[in-house]
Amino acid sequence: MKIFVPIKRVIDYNVKVRIKPDNSGIEQTNVKMSINPFDEIAVEEAVRLKESGKATEIVVVTIGPEKAQEVLRTAMAMGADRGILVTTEEAIDLGAIEPLMIAKCLKSLIEQEKPDLVIMGKQAIDDDSNQTGQMLSALLGWPQATFASEIVTEGDSTTVTREIDGGLETLKVKMPAILTTDLRLNEPRYASLPNIMKAKKKPLDVKALDDFDLNTTPRLKLISVDEPPKREAGEKVENVDALIDKLKNEAKVI
Amino acid sequence: MSILVIAEHDNEELKPSTLNVVTAAKEFGEAIDILVMGENCQKVSKQAASIQNINKVYCMSDAQLKNHLAEPLTAGTMQIVKGDSYKYIMSPASTFGKNLLPRISALLDVQQISDVTEVVSASSFKRPVYGGQAIATVESNDDVKVITVRVTAFDAAEAEGGQAQVTEVAFNPTEDFGSTFVRLEVAQSERPELTGAARVVSGGRALGSKENFKMIEDLADKLGAAIGASRAAVDAGYVPNDYQVGQTGKVVAPELYIAVGISGAIQHLAGMKDSKTIVAINKDEDAPIFQIADYGLVGDLFDILPELTEKL
Repeated sequence: MKIFVPIKRVIDYNVKVRIKPDNSGIEQTNVKMSINPFDEIAVEEAVRLKESGKATEIVVVTIGPEKAQEVLRTAMAMGADRGILVTTEEAIDLGAIEPLMIAKCLKSLIEQEKPDLVIMGKQAIDDDSNQTGQMLSALLGWPQATFASEIVTEGDSTTVTREIDGGLETLKVKMPAILTTDLRLNEPRYASLPNIMKAKKKPLDVKALDDFDLNTTPRLKLISVDEPPKREAGEKVENVDALIDKLKNEAKVI
Repeated sequence: MSILVIAEHDNEELKPSTLNVVTAAKEFGEAIDILVMGENCQKVSKQAASIQNINKVYCMSDAQLKNHLAEPLTAGTMQIVKGDSYKYIMSPASTFGKNLLPRISALLDVQQISDVTEVVSASSFKRPVYGGQAIATVESNDDVKVITVRVTAFDAAEAEGGQAQVTEVAFNPTEDFGSTFVRLEVAQSERPELTGAARVVSGGRALGSKENFKMIEDLADKLGAAIGASRAAVDAGYVPNDYQVGQTGKVVAPELYIAVGISGAIQHLAGMKDSKTIVAINKDEDAPIFQIADYGLVGDLFDILPELTEKL
């Protein structure tokens, strides 16, 4: 079984982002970048499937600037076999390269690579769209199982437990299929130093997004990026009685 | 030239989230149709038809639609969309809408606008990005706008008094979907549903155990509140996953949000900072949660919680 894992390079989840002074976007320079946390979980799941003997090859792909190859090396240090970097100089968070374009580019790569399973993050923590996996599934006509918290492959199908608003839903999808990961699917490993060294020698293909036959004119024009309404800190109260008094007589919420 | 709202329901009841989407849809000032897909969903269709100012309701009832799997729902929606010229297709930004709408968007070759919190004009919208650390204003140049709506950003539409006509439509899929439903484990609870609740009491890792989380339940029951949790509390196994409030969990905006033993990571704040009144109870007086709380109480939650529950 061959697994295809699309990943994204994003501002690290611990960083408090800065809005550019002209409100044209989020400052990306001199900011710590990492593999999108949900995608890291997708890589880990693929590696576990390989370690259990179910998968034979893991291909990771990312679309982004030259530097995005860092996240491919990270994924290869975790256990992916090879990487594909599709380069673009356009912004990949807001205002330029959009989920629909990404899904079309991935579809084209998948038609060449012919994987049995695609595992990817449910959303990227920059644009928070939560779209690409579902779009890819619709474009390919492959079944989808999103927001996975458990994945069990057996024969030509995969049973997936999904985290949904009401609780947990279990689906069985026929492969090839698209799965997207939720937080509790697994805990990604740290790559060991020898594996980081080994990853540097693993094959990495570089392609240009412009060479794909895609219309890359954004459908959504980014008008501005602004601070959210600021919430002022309130007051500290002394004790439970004071709190109840405030809630009853000032906020009037109880 | 109108709007199609895809209803969220469980074949028995229309979910309140659909009412919030209708309010967002009204901002466009055009006729609103509602599509109800499921099995034996005639009762739900009637509920949809009684929402005020609805043009018409499509009821598509079929065994293949019973469990709301994304692939048959996509086929059903495309069937309706192809027969009409909708300018807007909308659904709640719940796991239901998130699972379904990007598929429709891809098949229509348009770029979906996720998690809309404000309709600025007929083609421009505000949506939170970077876990709510910034608000993006975007303008769509697609002919059809596919939109998921953040339900907490819009009031519920009036659920009674409308008399829209219900049209039954047969489901005619042409493809094999490749996915089958196995089971659904729904947490049974008498408490209000988290995303729509007027009051929410949330607990964090500081509760220390599943047993101690009972103190959160006691306070919630006293207040008639829903229960939420931080990611840390869910990861630690104190409560099920569907309690999680935050960037990747549920977004809530109740009248009263009480955060107990939650330090206030950015990812948690993204899910609750639009609450009207926020109370924080934490023993660390420098916890970031106090920076957004209206009322902060510094102290040991194991003393404060029982006292608060008793005195309310």
